[in-house]
Amino acid sequence: MSATSFETRLSALLRTRSKNGKNEMSLLEVKDLKVRVEEREILHGLTLTVNPGEVHAIMGPNGSGKSTLSHVIAGKPGYEVTGGEILFKGENLLEMAPDERAAKGVFLAFQYPVEIPGVATMTFLRTALNAQRKARGESEYSTPDFLKKVREVAKSLNIPQDMLRRGVNVGFSGGEKKRNEILQMALFEPAVCILDEMDSGLDIDALRVAADGVNALRSPERAMVVITHYQRLLNYIVPDFVHVMSKGRVVKSGGKELALELEASGYAQFEDAA
Amino acid sequence: MNLALAKNETGRALNDSFAVARDRLPGTGRVAEARSAAFEAYESVGLPHRRLEDWKYTDLRALMREVMPLAPAPDAAALKRAATTLKLQAVKGARRLVLVDGVFAPKLSELDGLEKGLTIRTLREVLEGGDAGLQAQLLAPDNDNPMVALNSAMMTDGVVIEIANGVVLKQPLHVIHIASGSTPAAMFTRSLLRLGKDAGVTLVESYIAAEGATAYQAHDSLIVAIGDNSRLDHVRLTEDSREAFNISSAVITLGAHAHFNTFGMTSGAAVSRYQATIAFAGEGSRVETNGVNLLNGRQHADTTLFMDHAVPHCASREVFRAVADDRGHSVFQGRIIVRPHAQKTDAKMMTRALLLSDEAEADNKPELEIFADDVTCGHGATTGALDESLLFYLRARGLSEKEAQALLIQAFVGEAIESIVNDDLRELAIAAAQRWLEARA
Repeated sequence: MSATSFETRLSALLRTRSKNGKNEMSLLEVKDLKVRVEEREILHGLTLTVNPGEVHAIMGPNGSGKSTLSHVIAGKPGYEVTGGEILFKGENLLEMAPDERAAKGVFLAFQYPVEIPGVATMTFLRTALNAQRKARGESEYSTPDFLKKVREVAKSLNIPQDMLRRGVNVGFSGGEKKRNEILQMALFEPAVCILDEMDSGLDIDALRVAADGVNALRSPERAMVVITHYQRLLNYIVPDFVHVMSKGRVVKSGGKELALELEASGYAQFEDAA
Repeated sequence: MNLALAKNETGRALNDSFAVARDRLPGTGRVAEARSAAFEAYESVGLPHRRLEDWKYTDLRALMREVMPLAPAPDAAALKRAATTLKLQAVKGARRLVLVDGVFAPKLSELDGLEKGLTIRTLREVLEGGDAGLQAQLLAPDNDNPMVALNSAMMTDGVVIEIANGVVLKQPLHVIHIASGSTPAAMFTRSLLRLGKDAGVTLVESYIAAEGATAYQAHDSLIVAIGDNSRLDHVRLTEDSREAFNISSAVITLGAHAHFNTFGMTSGAAVSRYQATIAFAGEGSRVETNGVNLLNGRQHADTTLFMDHAVPHCASREVFRAVADDRGHSVFQGRIIVRPHAQKTDAKMMTRALLLSDEAEADNKPELEIFADDVTCGHGATTGALDESLLFYLRARGLSEKEAQALLIQAFVGEAIESIVNDDLRELAIAAAQRWLEARA
């Protein structure tokens, strides 16, 4: 182990904070993160700490940097981190390739899941699951075990079998695409889920199905970061913490009541605070 | 054309080798005369070069330099090496017809229990045996194309398949060309398929090399006549060794209400060219051609198709997918001619190229010549890289860069591969594509 990574781990241990009287390592720590896209700084020093079992909501107006944060956590190319760090279970996430992050347990549910014609959903799911397992040194799933697992999860999410035979997201409705993201979340069993604008393009029924799927995946070990513009989603996925983002920073944090406050008064009050 | 330039040193060397090889080449009288005429035609041009429009992207003078001497007939050791290689290429349920170093190998082939109405002979037999009708068909290609002319002059062996009227064969026929050579040499083969009326068959052609085969040249040609109301399914897989040259030609003629479905994939050979002429001779016929090039390193692969709509009410569909990595160079030339009386022709051609590196190259040359006024014709061509947003999605799900690329490449060529009707053969093509993908991982 190199000296740097030892220091990284040590500092992560020191930063571990007490919760419910027990010592636990934070799952995800974003610390003073500064990010640029094509010479323009989008995040100006963002800090966020997420512990196992917690659900955090990040709210903010368009252009506040919410999606940038989710992309940088997942490792999307095109973003330049100019300051700060992101630790995942104490390890430097920014040094990892996107696939390494996935295998370690970081999952991004995309705002706009892409369509991949010619790649059957089943093939994609199996390839991805086995790639993650292989990276973790686990054995690959056998075909019957895999099929059983997918069918179970698909059933609980109201995903018909014929959708799984089609190309990934090809011809799926907005709701089907989001359910497909949640299906993957259930299948890969990540430690932290970032849900980027999960409610965009969904009607109320589709939103309820998706939210039920997400709620079913809440557990004491798993954390979720729910990024949304509207309070509406938080009626269905009730967060432990709410953070308001404006102009690339978190300007206010609080409990779930903060979301209701925002619903009543809007984002305008925070525009100047940033 | 500058004759002095054409008749260069390599030309003379070949002239000598033609003279030397002549005694070994089957056929006398008319056949021998045709060989001489073909050789003269070849010699007047020599290896085709980039100043010939048809060979603009595939300059054989630069890429191939010379025609190697005729391969010796395979000895026991060569046949043994070929037999070992064959075990890896077995296709379930297909009847195997094997050519080793350009010579038919009866012991490696399956000639027992031929279905009623199926006749298989070797080219040598037919050229020596004097069936005038078959000979005429074998000698039919004209000498305009230098590489066809060279093949006409040097053709040594091959299979001659006849399927009688009304016979629909369930079992595919699999012609396998194996190069076993431990010394650089050229093999010249020509095969013929005569499919009667109301008949049907699946023909598979594979080009492979035994382990340890060095640089070699496979010069092949195929002549096909599809009778009225008949259907031919055709799969062609070029998996020659990475030092090899494969120059193949095909002439396919369709009768009325006939159907030709063909799939070709090139993932092997250093330099390859497949030039096919597909001619509609009867009304109401349909052709689907699907092609894939999978290239890396410095591989060069050229597919040149000429679709000749000479009669009315025929349809053709051409789909081509090229994938080029490293310094790979893919060429697709698709020419469609709709002759003056060929009304109601429906011809479409779509080619797409995927470039995986900055140095890879794909040349698409569609040519439409339409002389009839009531037709539907169209073509499209695109070239691009893998979609970054798709790559990121897959990587965010745990696939490594190579795995993500492999999945997208498979999807890219998938549409063409899906056109293969027979399940076992589609699997064969998928396996060949996977071998290429694994080799680059």
